[in-house]
Amino acid sequence: MGYPTRFRYTKEHEWVDLEGKRAKVGITQHAQSELGDVVFVELPSIGKVVKKGDGLATVESVKAVSDVYAPVSGKVVEANAPLDAAPDTINKDPHGAGWLVVLEVADPAEVEGLLDAAAYERFLAEG
Amino acid sequence: MSTIFDQSRTERVGGLFPPLDVPTRKVDHLLPTSLVRTRAPRIPNKSEPELVRHYTRLSKMNYGVDDGLYPLGSCTMKYNPKICEDLARIPSFAGLHPLADTRHAQGALRLLYEMSERLCGIAGLAAVTLQPAAGAHGELTGMFLVKRHFEERKEPLRTRILLPDSAHGTNPASAALAGFTVTELASGKDGLVDLEALDASLDETVAAIMLTVPNTLGLFESRILDVTERVHSAGALSYFDGANLNAFLGRARPGDMGADLFHFNLHKTFSTPHGGGGPGAGPLAVSAALADFLPVPRVVHDPEGYRLDWDAPRSIGSVHSFYGNFSVVLKAYAYLLLLGDEGLREVSENAVLNANYLQERLKRTYRLPYDRLCKHEFVLSGAGLAEGVSTLDIAKRLIDYGFHPPTIYFPLVVKEALMIEPTECESKETLDHFIAAMETIAREARENPELLHEAPRRAPVRRLDQTRAARNPVLRHPFDEKAP
Amino acid sequence: MRYIPHTQADRQAMLDEIGVSSVERLFDDIPARVTDRFRPLELAPKSEMEVARTLEGLASLNAAPREPVSFLGGGIYDHYVPSVVAHLTSRSEFYTAYTPYQPEISQGTLTAMFEFQTLVCELTGMEVANASLYDGATALAEAALMAVRVVGRPRIAVARSLFGHFRRVVDTYAWAAGIEVVEVPYTSAGRLDRSAIPEGVAGLLVQSPNAFGVIEDLGGLKEALGEGLLVVAVHPLSLGVLTPPGECGADVVVGEGQPLGLPASFGGPLLGLFACRERYLRQMPGRIAGRTVDVDGTVGYTMAVATREQHIRRERATSNICTNSALCALTATVYLATLGAEGLRELALLNLNKAHYLAEKAAALPGHSLVFDAPFFNEFVLRLPSEPRRIRSRLAEEGFLVEDPEPLARLGLPGALRLAVTEKRTKEELDRFVRVLGGIR
Repeated sequence: MGYPTRFRYTKEHEWVDLEGKRAKVGITQHAQSELGDVVFVELPSIGKVVKKGDGLATVESVKAVSDVYAPVSGKVVEANAPLDAAPDTINKDPHGAGWLVVLEVADPAEVEGLLDAAAYERFLAEG
Repeated sequence: MSTIFDQSRTERVGGLFPPLDVPTRKVDHLLPTSLVRTRAPRIPNKSEPELVRHYTRLSKMNYGVDDGLYPLGSCTMKYNPKICEDLARIPSFAGLHPLADTRHAQGALRLLYEMSERLCGIAGLAAVTLQPAAGAHGELTGMFLVKRHFEERKEPLRTRILLPDSAHGTNPASAALAGFTVTELASGKDGLVDLEALDASLDETVAAIMLTVPNTLGLFESRILDVTERVHSAGALSYFDGANLNAFLGRARPGDMGADLFHFNLHKTFSTPHGGGGPGAGPLAVSAALADFLPVPRVVHDPEGYRLDWDAPRSIGSVHSFYGNFSVVLKAYAYLLLLGDEGLREVSENAVLNANYLQERLKRTYRLPYDRLCKHEFVLSGAGLAEGVSTLDIAKRLIDYGFHPPTIYFPLVVKEALMIEPTECESKETLDHFIAAMETIAREARENPELLHEAPRRAPVRRLDQTRAARNPVLRHPFDEKAP
Repeated sequence: MRYIPHTQADRQAMLDEIGVSSVERLFDDIPARVTDRFRPLELAPKSEMEVARTLEGLASLNAAPREPVSFLGGGIYDHYVPSVVAHLTSRSEFYTAYTPYQPEISQGTLTAMFEFQTLVCELTGMEVANASLYDGATALAEAALMAVRVVGRPRIAVARSLFGHFRRVVDTYAWAAGIEVVEVPYTSAGRLDRSAIPEGVAGLLVQSPNAFGVIEDLGGLKEALGEGLLVVAVHPLSLGVLTPPGECGADVVVGEGQPLGLPASFGGPLLGLFACRERYLRQMPGRIAGRTVDVDGTVGYTMAVATREQHIRRERATSNICTNSALCALTATVYLATLGAEGLRELALLNLNKAHYLAEKAAALPGHSLVFDAPFFNEFVLRLPSEPRRIRSRLAEEGFLVEDPEPLARLGLPGALRLAVTEKRTKEELDRFVRVLGGIR
């Protein structure tokens, strides 16, 4: 699975898909592979305001709990509720149906400052 | 695996109690209807033979230290002397109520008092509480004392606890429960506390450092005096987690290393049985400066005998319903009397001998990240053994060879960790069998890895689906549904 | 030493393999400055026979008068334990096993844990239970911490009528966590004063039967709490006849499980029961066993939802608990299975009847009365015509063990004694007690 060039990425293995002022956020293929089978996802409430770097969600596998941090500042306007019944969607389709939240971003320029697909893949290769 | 709920008779079994000998009153004459249960709890009625068969069968699907080697790191799975089990059952101990008149509990109080004195002697510290019911409970109590200490000294800035990255999970959890934040110290290349990293972290916001000595890599902190001196100079306290006391019993005392607080795990070092996860006991020893903060009540000795003293205005309160896990303390006390000074020393001697022997032999086949003499335990890495083979696979295959696996994936500082502690109670013969099995498994990993991936094959169940257990948790018997 | 199997030849062979000249070299990493300070205990080793004699000697110092007849309570009761319980829990495969981190070889422990959790849910009417905490007091304290975590307010209400030892532990844990504790008094009927429940609390801790033996009326309490959690501490055997808190709106139910087949053992080890609604599962402390299948599809059990616990979450764990009271939970499981639902009800009715018999007879004595006119299970508080401490001594001379009246006085009831009556008290013992009590001048 490749890393969509349309997305931007963080070193904490989150991806961001920006459309206008709405940013869809999820965790990357690498992250889900490290975690193993996802068993539970805790999503924030709609309306929650986060600053870049704040805790946004948690993704749990059998052996670990991973914090997902807000890659940019914004307000939660959508949360992927079906993940509650089907957490394994994150394993099966981490860049698509496995999205976590949609943020209404305060400053779209913040997204541009994140890693692009090539930079993220380089970062993975180094680690 | 059937449970008692899978088949039940609805007829009563009876035969346990004599009939009521006082006049029978109807329940609705004694209690208002709204308080009376209408739906009975669904507890099955079983005859005694069926019950005994069921639990006997369950016991045979278990593995205890009486069955074989149990080399779990930092757990000290040593032999549980049977005399200690018998002594805990002496009726006037087993049947003694905690609220009995203390004049009728002199033997029990004296036992607690004497054990406290002995534990102070082993710790090299001034006072002890026997209340904590487990090691983590002792840690929590210790954190409460640290908090009270700085409250009294009016040092509210001291909100941080330092601990090494190799610390056991209960350490940061205990600190957090007591309201502290936690700062992890990266260990040095030698696996020990890095003095520079320590200096960089020590400031007036640090309340204490929490150390396990030797650490979870089985390495003794040779610079321990430097560490505790620096911590004390910064105005902070030193807490030692005593899980690894087996490594230096009878030859060194935490108080002499600069510890201000030290907890024991009686169910580890003092051989009381693990019971499938408990009960244990985690007595906490402290320096004279902290003694007044210890929980109430305390057992004191005056000319009239032994009594419970509640007059301790600076105490943090209580952390247990009564005086601690008395029968666990009793077993540990008997063990101590059996060993004496000589026996304590023999324990650490042979525990460390056994660990080094295993380490020396196994490092020829497995990666040993810290290749030097260890104490009572050591950590190997399962990484690099063979492509696609993990420490988990190695552990599950050990089951097929009749051994309980070592601790896996801890400490976190070693990738694919295998933490091995044989204890002093294992013979060379047993150790040689374990070495042979580990060497065979290493060969299988290269030549026939399927044997590892499909392990265990010779256990009551095969490898269990952890994901399914976590995704759709079934945490009690599903009465209303068909069994899966 | 009996428990170390090495021969001289073994030791030498191992030292040669390691490549050191003597075992002392293996301890060179401990600084001399430390080993020089070492002081032995001045304790010579003793043989098994000698140690047995020493401990039996200590035990005989516990001399209670005659064949003591116990009316001691406070959460710890003198119940009959069927023989089969000790036999089964003494199997070494159970008691010398560790925590079931390798589930494939721990199905005995894990299956019993699963049974225990089911039994606790059945007794309490709750949806999920853990595999035990240390004791009822710490279970109650953990419930308070959980309520604060869930609701997000560092303030809890506690009934004044909790056992003193429950309250002390709750106060200690609350102080450390920066939680404000507000006390709710009891009424002249010995029950929680609902008009005094404060606003804006994360939870209310109430005990039923309470420290006076009085059964609380829990109806409508949950509604009165708004967002706060209703936490109820129970006497597990009383639930053989009483409506479980789960059917009265409780969010969390805790309790002291000692009455479920455990010896009193001078107060420990005990058994902390903890159960709650499914929606709080991820906030619940302690280990939990869950059902699953293996690669062949065979049903088996394993530790579940472990991501809440300290070995994974570390400082963000729901609690720091690691070792719990597993063997005591196994004991309770075997005990309840031995009783069955019918036996449990029979036992509860024996306790209920005998306690009410004694209460009636004792209260009929001149100058004596029940302090509270309220429903009770097997414990009650009796007002006395004269100084209770003196009465306690006189009773002890006749072989009757009753509690120190001081804690009751601190709870606002001077001049009274708390009495617990179990199925072990015969009519003869009860009648003799009343005769002796009535004869005290």
